[in-house]
Amino acid sequence: MTFDLSTGLFVFVLATFIGLEVIRRVSPLLHTPLMSLTNAISAISVVGAILITSREDATTLTKILGFIAITAVVTNIVSGFLITDRMVKMFKKRGAQK
Amino acid sequence: MQNLVNYIYIISAGLFVLSLKWLNHPDTSRRGVFAGEIGMLLAVTGAFIKAYPIHNIEWIVAAIVIGTAVGIPIAYIMPMTAVPQRTALSHACGALAAALVGTAEFYQRQGQTGTDALSGFVMVALMLETLLGFLTFTGSLMAMGKLQEILWQRPITYKNQNAVNFVLFAIALGLGIRLVIVPTDTWIFPIFAGLSLLFGVLLIIPIGGADMPTVIAILNSYAGLSACAMGFVLGNNLLVVAGALDGSSGLILSIIMCKAMNRSFTNVLFGAFGQIQHVAGKAEQRNYRSASPEEAASILESASSVIIIPGYGLAVAQAQHKIRELYDNLMKRGVDVKFAIHPVAGRMPGHMNVLLAEADIPYDRLVEMDEINGEFPQCDVALVIGANDVTNPKARTDKTSPIYGMPILDVDKARTVMVIKRSMNPGFAGIDNDLYYLDKTLMLFGDAKAFTAELVKELPARVAA
Repeated sequence: MTFDLSTGLFVFVLATFIGLEVIRRVSPLLHTPLMSLTNAISAISVVGAILITSREDATTLTKILGFIAITAVVTNIVSGFLITDRMVKMFKKRGAQK
Repeated sequence: MQNLVNYIYIISAGLFVLSLKWLNHPDTSRRGVFAGEIGMLLAVTGAFIKAYPIHNIEWIVAAIVIGTAVGIPIAYIMPMTAVPQRTALSHACGALAAALVGTAEFYQRQGQTGTDALSGFVMVALMLETLLGFLTFTGSLMAMGKLQEILWQRPITYKNQNAVNFVLFAIALGLGIRLVIVPTDTWIFPIFAGLSLLFGVLLIIPIGGADMPTVIAILNSYAGLSACAMGFVLGNNLLVVAGALDGSSGLILSIIMCKAMNRSFTNVLFGAFGQIQHVAGKAEQRNYRSASPEEAASILESASSVIIIPGYGLAVAQAQHKIRELYDNLMKRGVDVKFAIHPVAGRMPGHMNVLLAEADIPYDRLVEMDEINGEFPQCDVALVIGANDVTNPKARTDKTSPIYGMPILDVDKARTVMVIKRSMNPGFAGIDNDLYYLDKTLMLFGDAKAFTAELVKELPARVAA
């Protein structure tokens, strides 16, 4: 798959529209979990961080920056998904408790 | 091998969309989180396959181990009242990562050719990635400081603030353009990065505590967009998709927040809300009625419907669990109890819902503003706990009020209004609330938690009698 500017913009525009439509439907009840979840998802930059750190010709600077980046972003992935799950678990219907 | 990675990425992108779709309702939300986790796992697997044979694996593994070790305690120890701070912190982490990867790409790919070349469009994306990344990093740290109340809450303003910001932005833009044209001018890059970092600080200092929900949402959007820009740099559609999802989510939330406060984007970012507050000075002494816990309890007891209006003051007083006891007690007596949730109740979008859900209040009792406003005229008692500006009728009537036009909860339409409040001091925005002086309003003075506890104590006593 080749990537150029127009393909990228194409994907970006479509993804934005899907995002807007899907997120508009999220109940205001869940806006806080929504934000932690999208936060965890935007930690997708872990892919870029892994790719650059694992380069054969990676300079020391690249390795250090990559290392910090992976640490920061893995923290986000782990805490983001776990805390979202912790939050959505709390939402119970009437009668479901006790 | 390359095709396999692409297919993995496509599945991963699909799972992210499903994940957000399933989050639209509490019944499916856990499935949504699970889909997101699988999507992320696939994405990481894909990255490892693509990077194979992997060099510097020890760096990568060490970083993943540290990140996990830090992430798990954060997720479990963090109290729900501190979720806004955690969110701001994770915006900062995500943005920092994007900015650092951008920086690494910039230096690593100097003088490279072929797919690694720093072509014009790659450089534009890279500049955007690092600008948004560094700006969101410092901006989010500032926001976190304000939410955690380590930093001053009041907006900081100085003369020609917007002009200074604009000039700095123009310089950063100029340097950015220069780098796009001549990517080999590596000495410019640190200046560009420094300006971006500075810019993040300058953007947040004039913003007051009350605007934090909007600011967090905007920073959420920026963090997503910087991941998206990274997708353009790397030629990776998965990053573009995931970044765009995050960007649009932040955008929608910030629009909702702006609407809920009747502010525009530019007004939040450049308006410095706090300044207006001094205009509303101490007005004349007005009369109000107050009541004791006994009186309040007997009114609640004889009511058939009660709407509770929680505000952030409730969370500050840690009164959630006492409120739940009050809720249980009244429901057992056949009183219909609902909660009216204003979009900006709490410190971030939806925060109050999480706080009440944590106290085991069923979510079908948490009703959003537009739905509940029609119910106030039929409601016997509206009990305001820790909320202020969102109940102020001035927002509907007084054109000179700073909160004029802000959508509010129509608490004043209820038959009886009770307000638990420490004193008559004006609240966060420093605006006097007409609600407190209505004939049907009873002021209940005291700490939200202590007073609610007394209400609960009074209620069973009456049953025995």
